[in-house]
This record gives sequence, structure tokens and C-alpha cells, in this order.
Amino acid sequence: MKKLLILILAAFALAVQAQNPTPQQILRAIDQNLTSTTVKSTSRMVINSRRSTRTVASINYSRGNTDFYTEYTSPPRDKGTKMLKQGNSLWIYDPNTQRTVQISGNMLRQSVMGSDLSYEDFMEESSLLEQYTAALEGDLTYEGRDCWKLLLTAKSNRISYPSKRIYVDKARNVPLYEEWFARSGRLLKTIKASNVTRIGSRWYPRRVVFKDELKQGRGTEYIVDSIEFDVPIPASIFSRTQLGN
Amino acid sequence: MFDFILKGIFRDRSRFLFPIIIISAGVSLMVFFLSFMDGYIESMIRQNARFETGHVKIVTKAYNELISQKPYDLGFLDNQEELDVWKTEYPQFDWAERITFGAILDKADSLGNSLSQGQVMGFALDLIGGDLEIRNLRLKETMAKGRLPLAPGEILLSDRTFEAMQLQLGDSLMLLGSTADGSMAFAQVVIIGTVVFGYEALDRGGIIMDLEDARSFLDMPGGSAEVLGFLRSDSYNDKEIKKLTTAFNDKYSTEDEYSPLMLSLSDQNGLGYILWITDFTFLMMSLVFILILGIVLWNSGLMSGIRRYGEFGIRLAIGEEKKHIYRSLILESLCIGTIGSLIGLLLGFIFSYPLSIWGLDMSQYGKTSTMVFENVIRTKLSIGIFITSFIPGICASLLGTALAGTAIYKRQTSQLFKELEQ
Repeated sequence: MKKLLILILAAFALAVQAQNPTPQQILRAIDQNLTSTTVKSTSRMVINSRRSTRTVASINYSRGNTDFYTEYTSPPRDKGTKMLKQGNSLWIYDPNTQRTVQISGNMLRQSVMGSDLSYEDFMEESSLLEQYTAALEGDLTYEGRDCWKLLLTAKSNRISYPSKRIYVDKARNVPLYEEWFARSGRLLKTIKASNVTRIGSRWYPRRVVFKDELKQGRGTEYIVDSIEFDVPIPASIFSRTQLGN
Repeated sequence: MFDFILKGIFRDRSRFLFPIIIISAGVSLMVFFLSFMDGYIESMIRQNARFETGHVKIVTKAYNELISQKPYDLGFLDNQEELDVWKTEYPQFDWAERITFGAILDKADSLGNSLSQGQVMGFALDLIGGDLEIRNLRLKETMAKGRLPLAPGEILLSDRTFEAMQLQLGDSLMLLGSTADGSMAFAQVVIIGTVVFGYEALDRGGIIMDLEDARSFLDMPGGSAEVLGFLRSDSYNDKEIKKLTTAFNDKYSTEDEYSPLMLSLSDQNGLGYILWITDFTFLMMSLVFILILGIVLWNSGLMSGIRRYGEFGIRLAIGEEKKHIYRSLILESLCIGTIGSLIGLLLGFIFSYPLSIWGLDMSQYGKTSTMVFENVIRTKLSIGIFITSFIPGICASLLGTALAGTAIYKRQTSQLFKELEQ
């Protein structure tokens, strides 16, 4: 009888374990959901600084995790400014002076357009699975959704944020809340995703609020107005000659 | 009485020579050190005022919260009308607007690609509209190459950065930064001259740009990050300035975080603490001086007392009161103290005056320093220093005699003749 009870309990534990994905499986699921071969989107960045609120609109193209091109369409002062990321390099084009400037070194830590995002945030290349190892800290309900709570630790010293804590929507594989930490353990940024909508076979957050915890202000809202996955994008979009056109 | 005492002193060399030498040496040293310290502090105040703090500075309240980060995005926007009012209301100041900002200086190759870059600290001031700021920053004296900007788009660069980036005068470079509202800011600038600031933070990568150019670059029309006030008299009195800043803030500072806030020089860069430490050091030096000289003169008084043992005995024997003898000794020491101090002041003046004219070159000691001070430090002689040195000279003499003179009260009249027989 005793042996039977142990057998039943062991079978139950195995069943529960089979139901619960491993942390690495959760990361893989997030990567599969949020990344694609190519992405074309239009977005608005609502920057709530201490003094004012302003909206910057842009058209964005990306290819894999390495190439990224953005052209700002408003406000007038920023219209025509272009940003191109190729691998580890980042260039900015200014239409007024018609000059292209490479952003590197400490400049990568500067804010993009006064937002709560830095150029370095744009530069993150690899998928979560490639960059971090994960540990499951449990589950919780966040904004009415059942979530996994994961602690991610960077695999390499070159990663901008050595650790992150994320709440992942169990059903939709979308991180709904993230905390990004410095090596000292200091909280640097928080990210809240909402308006998660179904786009084809994916779930995608249409509104993400980034908050630089070291800055005063009410954070930066990143609103995706339209998005298309796996669409053909001409290779010329990701070339430096595109910047001057 | 004085005549009698003076004759007594000067007819007996052993009574005056040693105390006068000690007092005059101490007082002259004190004049020298105090005048040197005062000169040094005044130089530091002057340099800080010119480079950084003004004698007063007006910023927004929001800017003041993060003032060490120089957040120009929290500065004044289009505040020329307010500035005109302040100029009228406070005519004792020359006013200068400034913006400090960080940027990247980018040199392109013939194809327009980035060839070299340097991170720079921009210092925007009125270069073309007048020469106040050129004088404040001693730009003419610190120019290493080229000339001062005369037209929009011309900038000065730290000589070290100029060499590091292998630039040529007349090179056209791109300046890349952020506007006050966070947009990307680009400006084409021409290097027209280089400067050796003598101030590490700026020599590491400073550029000097005309204020109007910076306003356009940072999208701050009619604005500035800081408005500095320089006293036309160049004579800073912290108490007076504190009264003025309080009155200004009562009048103009409101709940609005972008309302103006006036700061005195001592409110900034820890200069208040330095000024307090200076006052405290002056006081401590005076006290230590009095104590040390007092002890030396006490000892001298005791020796003199031994030598004049017989004299005091006779004076007591013929009926002079002990307290009268004590008073006469105090009066003697007052005369010696006064004479010694006067000689000390004269010697101190002789030692200090040449340094107040020619100064002492301290540039060797400032090479690795980030402190703001002038290369040549001059002593500053003033009535205040003479008084501060003169009074301890007298006090030390009085203290020494007051302590040594108490021996008189220990003499027993009944034993006088016995003592005199010995």
C-alpha cells in the first residue's frame, strides 16, 4: 500500500513537471513568438520627460536580430533623421547637414531622442535564449494574467544588463513586466507591456512603457501602430547608402 | 606713568629685548601667513566666480536640484524679458548667460564617414556680443593656436583634444548631441582656435561656442542654463550677497519648478564650507599664536621675575601694594606688546608686500589638480589682517605677564627682609 502511494505521488510529480516547461523552454517560446526573419512596423514613441511630452513617429524595418533601420517621420525637427544598425555598428543620418555619424563608445549609453531607451538597448542582438540563463522563481498573476516569474542571468560580461527579472504570460509567451538590473543589483529600467494582440500566429504587445529608473519623468510609451512579420524587405534598406537617400 | 614705565623698560635691555623679538617675529609671521592665505582664498573665489559660479548665479529650481549634472534641459527657455528686469534691478552686477552641455565631435573623411570622434564638454557663452566672458575666462591669454570666434559656427577647442584628434585649424566638424527636449542635435562647426584652459576638466575635452550657436544647436531660443552675476567691484562679501539672494528668492521664486532661484557663490561647489574653514583657520591660528607666544612670554616673565626678585621685594617693603606692582607689570607688558606688535606689522609688511606685487608661481603644483585656482598666488594685505595680527601680539604679551606676575602674590612681607639679607 505504502509503495503504491509512493508510486502514485511520483507519477503525479512527473505529470506536473511535464506540464511545467523548463525556464529555457519558456525563453525559447518567447523568442519564437517575438522574433522573425523580417519585421516592418510603424510606431510612435511618446516621451514623457520632466518638462514636456512629445511624440516621435517612425517607420521601422528589421532583419533577424542584427539589422535594424528606422526613419523618423515626425515631429518636423526630427523628420528625415535615420538610424541604421548593422551588426555591432550604429549610424545616424542628419538630413539638415546631410552627414552620417557613427555612434560608438560612451555615446551608445545616451538616450535615443530623449526617451528612456538608450542606443545600447537598440544594439542588443541575440535572442533571450542566447544571452541569458533563466531560473524559475515561481508563478504569479500580473494584470489578471497567469505568469511565470523568471530571473535571467547574462551568459557573457558584454551584455548591457547582467540580470533581468521577467513576468511571462503563460498562455501567450509574452513578457508583460521586466526589471533590468546593473551588475551591482541596482534597478535600471522597468518595462511594462500591454495591448497584447494576436497577429497571425503570434501574440504581440502593441504598447510598451519603458521607464529609466535613474531618470525623473514618467517613462516612454512605445506604441506599435502597424506591424507585419516575415514580409519581403529589399536588402538596400539595410545598406548605408540608404541613409543619404 | 607711561613715561616712567617706558623709561624703566628701555633702560633695562633684558626687560624688553627678548619679549619684543618674540612678539615681533610672531606678528610678522602671522601677517605673512594670513595675507598669503587671504590672497589664495581670494584667488580661488575669483577663479571659481569666473569659471563656474559667478558671484551670484540664477538657475531654475528644477535645474538646481541636479545642478552638478548641468541639466540644460531644465534651464531657462526664452527668458530675455526676465533677464532685462534683473539687469535693471541689480546694476551692481555684470550678467552673463551660459549653457554647459555634452556632445560628440565627429571628424569625417572625404566620403563623409566618421574618421575620428571625441567626447566633448561644451561651454556656451557670449563670445561675439561682448568681451565680458572673454575676460572672465581669460581666453585671449589662454589661446594656444588660432584666434577667437568672430562669426557663427566658429568654435574653440581644448588644445589637448585638438592634438589627439589630429585636427587642423579651419577643419569643419560635426557636433552631435541632444536638444533640450531630447531630439538629436547636429551642428556643423569650424575649429578656429585652441585653448589651454589650465583646468583639467576642460582641458580633457572642452569646446567653447558662442551662446547663440548653442541655443540653435540645443533648440533653446532665448534660453540659457545659468545666468551668472559678476560684481563690478570684484569684492565679494558673503553676508551682503546672502541678504541679496534671500531678497531675490523671496520676490521671484515660486512653487513653479522653473521659476528662478538665485544662489550665492558660497552656496555652490562647496565654497561655503571652504569659506567657513578659512574663517575657522584664521581664528584657530590667532588662538594658537596667542597660546604659544603666551607660554613663551610666561616663561620669559618668570625668568624676569627671578631676576627682578629683589626689586619687587624692595617695592613691597617700602609699602607698594602687590596689586599695584602687578598692574605696573601688566602695563609694562602692554607697552612691550604694542611695540613688538608694531615692529612685527612692519616686518610682516616688508615680507608680504613684494609677494602682493609679483606673486608666487604655483603652476607646478596645479598641473594635476582639478581645483580652480590661478597659477600665480599673491598675498593680500589689508587693514583686517594687520588688526588680526596686532591684537594677538598684545594678548600674548598680556597673557604671559598675567601668568608670570601671579608670583608676586606669593611673596610674604614677613619674610622680605630675610630674603633681602640673603
